[in-house]
Amino acid sequence: MAIDSLYNKKVIEYFLNPRNMGEIKNPSGVGRVGNPVCGDVMELYLKIKEKKTKKGIEPIIVDAKFKTFGCGAAIASSSMMTEMIKGKSIKEALKISNLAVAEALGGLPPIKRHCSILAKEALEKALADWKK
Amino acid sequence: MRVYLDYAATTPVRKEVLEAMLPFFSDDFGNPSSIHVWGQRARKAIDESRAEIAKFLGCQSEEIIFTGSGSEADNLAIKGLLNSYIVKRLNSDQSKSEKQINNLTNQQFNKPHIITSAFEHHAVLKSCEDLEKKGLATVTYIRPNKEGIIEQEKIKKAIRLNTVLVSIMYVNNEIGTIQPIREIGKMIESVNRSRSTRIYFHTDAVQATEYLPMNVDYLHVDMLTIAGHKIGAPKGVGLLYIRKGTPIRAIIHGGEQEKGLRAGTENVPYIVGLTKAIDLIKNANLKNLRDCFIERIIKEIPEVYLNGSKTFRAPHIVNFYFKNIEGESIVLGLDLEGIACSTGSACTSQALEPSHVIMSIFNDHFRAAGSVRFSLSKLTTKRELDFAIEKIKEIVARLREISPYTKEKNGN
Repeated sequence: MAIDSLYNKKVIEYFLNPRNMGEIKNPSGVGRVGNPVCGDVMELYLKIKEKKTKKGIEPIIVDAKFKTFGCGAAIASSSMMTEMIKGKSIKEALKISNLAVAEALGGLPPIKRHCSILAKEALEKALADWKK
Repeated sequence: MRVYLDYAATTPVRKEVLEAMLPFFSDDFGNPSSIHVWGQRARKAIDESRAEIAKFLGCQSEEIIFTGSGSEADNLAIKGLLNSYIVKRLNSDQSKSEKQINNLTNQQFNKPHIITSAFEHHAVLKSCEDLEKKGLATVTYIRPNKEGIIEQEKIKKAIRLNTVLVSIMYVNNEIGTIQPIREIGKMIESVNRSRSTRIYFHTDAVQATEYLPMNVDYLHVDMLTIAGHKIGAPKGVGLLYIRKGTPIRAIIHGGEQEKGLRAGTENVPYIVGLTKAIDLIKNANLKNLRDCFIERIIKEIPEVYLNGSKTFRAPHIVNFYFKNIEGESIVLGLDLEGIACSTGSACTSQALEPSHVIMSIFNDHFRAAGSVRFSLSKLTTKRELDFAIEKIKEIVARLREISPYTKEKNGN
């Protein structure tokens, strides 16, 4: 079928069973990116707490959730992003590139790469919101 | 269960059609332009096909030009007609001295003008845009009303002295609304009576062929496009009806096939197949099935809206706007359940642009992003639709849960 070749199994799996879907009450930061003109809108919620790590006391993303209006790749990308940043320090989370998100999904078709970029932007915006 | 609800994208080739085509691949394989018996058998098949289709359209055989697709027929209608004006003007320019040309008023030197709609198929829209970009024509794009109908009055108002062509589709391929072709045709005829230069009228009837009146005199059209693969013939064949006397020049040059209007050895088996598919057209009663489908979707799913008029609608195309969710994710979700439908048209789903059809009616990106087309055929059963409705309900509910536009009740 056409869509099998458009999306791989991992994307389909995250589309059908998205991890961390929903909102966080009293979030530390929220980032909403995209617009209906481009067809995708992502909302990323973060819960950040100062925690002791090997490097001392650091802000850690203890919870991440998302809500997405968009295609299968947009839903899968935002879900994958929340999974990848959960438990990570802000520094580590910011190191995650959009390519890493796409790779974790087993690759995205070229016309859908912007979905992973959007996921990255959502994270940056949510962190900027937290810093305020 | 697998349910195909994308017949407006394409249809399966009918068994009778395939059977009619088969002898013309390896047995009667001749080139219709050849003088020998092989060639003459192929010629006979094409001549008979043309006569058969002429009966269906209520025209003369020689007014039918076979093409490689509906898109090609649309291109021939628009570019072919404009070609004839451009060549005519070039010839008349040559006979005038430079001084005379400089003295011509703007009005006299005006480019030919085309009127079309903003929600035509891309084969028409992009042909018009191409002529515009090359500076060969000016084009007015009429916007449909909120019901998805092009109003005859709006076309009338857009007519200028230099208007040479009006091209309006018979049934919109994305939302299924029927355009008032006969009324527009009659209006153009009456306008033509009071002017010296004629306006020609073309309609892309690709989505209407199986379901609506196709007599060209009844419709008052000068040109009409049909595509084989939308009516049970294979992909790769179409036709353009061209009323006698319509000035048109070839856009594909070479041999003298199709009265010199479409070079290339005739695709005999496909022309025979197209003819068989047209022969098999019987008015199927899809309206009840379609209306039942519309009613249940609107009633059983909150915040769903039908795109386009409920009354002026071809029996086989339905298009819904599902608020707060995006169309491609609906198509993907349904495909994974074995149901085929589409966002916009199949031709645009590869592009990331929002549906130009929905945009032209509502100018609303949300609506364009959240609209999905379901198209039926006489193969569609109630059982299939019942199954589809259940799955649509599930998927819409799930996607709405994921959507940021549907907030959790107790969220902040």
